[in-house]
Amino acid sequence: MILILLCLAICTVAGIGAWLTRRSPKLTSALGQGGAVSGAALGMVGAISVMASGIPEGLRCSWSVPFGSCSIELDALSAFFLLPVFLLTGLAAVYGARYLSQPKYASRLGSHWLFFNLLSASMVVVIVARNAILFLMAWEIMALASFFLVTLEHERESVQRAGWIYLISTHLGTAVLFFFFILLGSKSGSLDFDSFQSAGEVIGPQATLLFILALIGFGTKAGIVPVHVWLPEAHPAAPSHISALMSGVMIKTGIYGIVRTLIWLDNPSVEWALTLIGIGGVSGVLGVLLALAQHDLKRLLAYHSVENIGIIFLGLGVGVLGQATGTPILTVLGYGGGLLHVLNHSIFKALLFLGAGNVLHGAHTLNLENTGGLLKRMPWTGTMFLVGAVAICGLPPLNGFVSEFMIYAGAFHAVQSLDAFAAIPSILAILALALIGGLAVACFTKAFGIIFLGQPRSQHASEAHESAAAMRWPMVVLAALCVLIGILAPLSPVMLRPVILQVAPLAALLVSDSMAQIQTTLAVIVGVMLLCALLAALLLWRRRTKLTGRARADAVTWDCGYAAPTARMQYTAASFAQPILRLVAGIVRLPKRFTQPKGYFPSAGSFSTETPDVVEREAWAPAFRIVERVLMRFRWIQTGSIHLYILYMAITLIVLLIWKLW
Amino acid sequence: MQDLLFVLLILTGFVFLGSGRMQFGIRTVALQGILLGLIPLLGNLQDLWARLTALAVLSLAIKGMVLPYFLTRAMHKSKALHEDNPFVGFTASMVVGIICLGGSFWIASRLPFIDSSQPKMAVAVSLFIVLVGFFVIISRRKALSQVLGYLVMENGVYIFGVAFAVDVPWLVELGVLLDVFVAVFVMGIVIFHISKSFDHIDTDQLSSLTG
Amino acid sequence: MLNLPSLIPFLIALGTAPLLLGVIQRTKAITAGRQGQPILQPYFDLSKLLRKGAVYSRTTTWVFRAGPLLSLAGLGTALLMVPWGSVPATIAFSGDFVLVLYLLALGRFFTIAAALDTGSSFEGMGASREALFAALTEPIVFAVLITLVRLTGEMSLTNMYQQMSLILRSASGAALILLIVIMFVILLTENSRIPVDDPTTHLELTMIHEVMVLDHGGPDLAFILYGSALKLWIFSALLAGLILPVYTGNLLLDGLAFLSGMFGISVAVGVVESVMARLRLLLVPHMLIGTTAIAAVCIYLTLG
Repeated sequence: MILILLCLAICTVAGIGAWLTRRSPKLTSALGQGGAVSGAALGMVGAISVMASGIPEGLRCSWSVPFGSCSIELDALSAFFLLPVFLLTGLAAVYGARYLSQPKYASRLGSHWLFFNLLSASMVVVIVARNAILFLMAWEIMALASFFLVTLEHERESVQRAGWIYLISTHLGTAVLFFFFILLGSKSGSLDFDSFQSAGEVIGPQATLLFILALIGFGTKAGIVPVHVWLPEAHPAAPSHISALMSGVMIKTGIYGIVRTLIWLDNPSVEWALTLIGIGGVSGVLGVLLALAQHDLKRLLAYHSVENIGIIFLGLGVGVLGQATGTPILTVLGYGGGLLHVLNHSIFKALLFLGAGNVLHGAHTLNLENTGGLLKRMPWTGTMFLVGAVAICGLPPLNGFVSEFMIYAGAFHAVQSLDAFAAIPSILAILALALIGGLAVACFTKAFGIIFLGQPRSQHASEAHESAAAMRWPMVVLAALCVLIGILAPLSPVMLRPVILQVAPLAALLVSDSMAQIQTTLAVIVGVMLLCALLAALLLWRRRTKLTGRARADAVTWDCGYAAPTARMQYTAASFAQPILRLVAGIVRLPKRFTQPKGYFPSAGSFSTETPDVVEREAWAPAFRIVERVLMRFRWIQTGSIHLYILYMAITLIVLLIWKLW
Repeated sequence: MQDLLFVLLILTGFVFLGSGRMQFGIRTVALQGILLGLIPLLGNLQDLWARLTALAVLSLAIKGMVLPYFLTRAMHKSKALHEDNPFVGFTASMVVGIICLGGSFWIASRLPFIDSSQPKMAVAVSLFIVLVGFFVIISRRKALSQVLGYLVMENGVYIFGVAFAVDVPWLVELGVLLDVFVAVFVMGIVIFHISKSFDHIDTDQLSSLTG
Repeated sequence: MLNLPSLIPFLIALGTAPLLLGVIQRTKAITAGRQGQPILQPYFDLSKLLRKGAVYSRTTTWVFRAGPLLSLAGLGTALLMVPWGSVPATIAFSGDFVLVLYLLALGRFFTIAAALDTGSSFEGMGASREALFAALTEPIVFAVLITLVRLTGEMSLTNMYQQMSLILRSASGAALILLIVIMFVILLTENSRIPVDDPTTHLELTMIHEVMVLDHGGPDLAFILYGSALKLWIFSALLAGLILPVYTGNLLLDGLAFLSGMFGISVAVGVVESVMARLRLLLVPHMLIGTTAIAAVCIYLTLG
């Protein structure tokens, strides 16, 4: 615990220090980076020690804020969610320091490091807070700090727009959370989390209402459909390491909130599982479809966050299904898979965002159609990006497969053993996962293939250069973790055991039983994958021996007899995705702009598509237009005269006074 | 064995949703009629065998032969060989069909008055077929498609009747058959006349008749 | 879990998989009234390719060279977990089918990446279509597995297929017939056979799988050809176990029944290829979604 407090102190002090020394870019950078890295390192040690010992550490003291108390606690669940926070804070700080060393950022370094450190500290407080007031304060600081980080390049109009959308949606979510905590607090009599924990019986029939409120409030942060609209706006606007931090860990605080809520609410039902799986399935499939339609790498990755949050929801849904039907193996596999995917997604998504940053840095564009052939020019970035792409598709032997396999296994256990009504959610989960898996492969072969393979499609791409070491090795660390978690898969249940026990009150014996089963399975899988690697190595050696001493020629790609192909004739990202998108044209609209070439010797013709977010355009935009129209009626209140405003205040005060005295 | 028939009926539903060729659609509906005729024969006949056999033969004759012949003629006369531009595409229609299938099984499992003696499957399939017919009527443009949709819908109602054959007097059954026959007859005449006076049978163009 | 005698079916599969391709081509030749190539022709092709040198495009990187290796390695490993009908597979564990399918997906990922690596629009086109069909078949295969898990109550391929003979005796015959239809469509799609894709076409624009490997030659092409034989074996094996759910307990008899089923399927594929034309490309998704509908019926049948 002391380490966590120390980490918070270091981050805050370093942040403020960095802001005070903003006149000197060197000093502010060193302070900000050093504070974040050392704080993260200390915190990491603290979190790991709690994970290892399994004994929660807490600190409770009173606070003068009404209903507030300064209660913090580090238990297994918090420690687990802190792992990616510290990991990514440290790596993003190292990466960011180098990324921001371009002169155009010099004047903004101070505020950047202030908000960066504040964001890290507030995420830590959100996860360890044990009082609703403290939690909401930290939640709000987190939202504001990330807002200022997103709008770092605030002179660009697109960034402003993204910032506003983010600010509005995060506050709407927070408003729902206020309501959630007030309702919960009024039932249990206090706003301390400890009292929520024991309030299970008091809540009774309102549990479902609370569950839905939590889904909306926390879901907005997590980015589930239909409240995901801020994600694809905010991530491309922010600098890459901020996107990595936000997509990797900040949206996971939403998941943390939902898991915490599940601990408080007793007796989940099959309908809850169906809700979670329904949301997860829709988010997953819609997320990956919209990702497939994007031409901007960072928007594409942002939509993949929506998809992966969907996968996490599928896992949680299977876990809830296990609780509702009293089937321990489902609980263990579902929650285990879902939570492990939280960690995994943090790792590979951060890896991919850092890769996107390197692409932007090296090739000065994130538009897929202007890239190509970057693997030859940026071998490190490209290879690491490939690792991230394979991992996010959930392919073996990397970490994504481990968590997805656990969710699959849990859902198949449900199909095997539950009655028809309870099996339906799990069937939906399997089908959604399968569809997501297939589409994700399409999407990431597109992203990797178009950007890094083939020939450069623009001048910038052909002049691209590899990034500095400080922007490469954070990627290497993350890629190594992807591989490591994949290879050490049998150990993951051991790590998850205390967390699962905390989320689902199960007999330890039952859990151990299921755990042992999973561990054996995972061990076999790792064995099979080693065999596969061995086979690949064997084939490589065989090909090498076969080819020694034979003719090996370098030539042009088969061009079907056409002698003058250019790089622009390659398949583009849009054409690669077109067959799939055409099939779902009813859901994902692709407005086209098409100028037809005219005459026998046409001079110009053009074709372009864009992909507006279907939910934003069809649901939110009309809704906000209606709200605007209604609110316009109240415009007469706003006269601009300060006297009148003071009158309003006075009236309000008097009304309140009378109301209270009545 | 009856299960197999029901499965085949579901499949005809999907085939019907997924195809745009009129001739094919007519044949599918005819096949559906024949399958329907077989259902009561394969079930538990008991002492109703005479009644049920008569019903089966009648429905085979009307739905499997008379109506298809009549419809094919109407198709050739009105030159509506293909559903060109439906409101909902054929692939999307099948996806809707999958959802309808799920929904009807769910409803069938929830209906309170079905005891275990009646086959739950029959209720689910009948609901599904009714929904398919309904959806086709809504989503297709050509009048002939709508007649086919109507027939499919009626087939669904018939399955429901067969599932509860014990409770339904056969006069009602006969009445339903007759009803269909007359309805299709009337619709056929209407189609023929529409196509004669307007050169096409797109029903969504009928609104141009209003002042 | 792993014992040496259980390796024998695996080794036989490794040896005989190209023969399936030979049988298909021979069937097509006979139906067309031709003499046809020797039934061992795929083996001759493989050995010829292995003796050749290689030509690599200057556009390509190491990804292009890794594609055939990883795809074949994935298929070879997946083969270890595929049972011979009721004869157990070499490796079996709870949920092994997920690993099998994801190994195939891994191979596909790198095949597509290798195709994009050439920078040729033909190969990009093939890659795009392959990605589409794979995304559409994945849910169907999982739906089949859901049905099988529900019917047999088992969680590994080996145990499932041993239980298959029992299913036949129970009342789920209708589901089994549907499963066979679905699996046959999946087999044709995944192995790029007519009516989905024509492996013998000579026009790049109409190819799907073949166009993706246009730039591979020599040993690489041999790996790819052998890989496609293994893939055909895997999907035929999953189908053969459904068509001939024989479980005598005698490994030899069961194995022979299975092998006859395998070659029967190859003949069936050959016949389909002879009598059908290739579907218009836009109709393939239509067909696959129709198959999804049948798979949905299957699942509902097991729920009732």
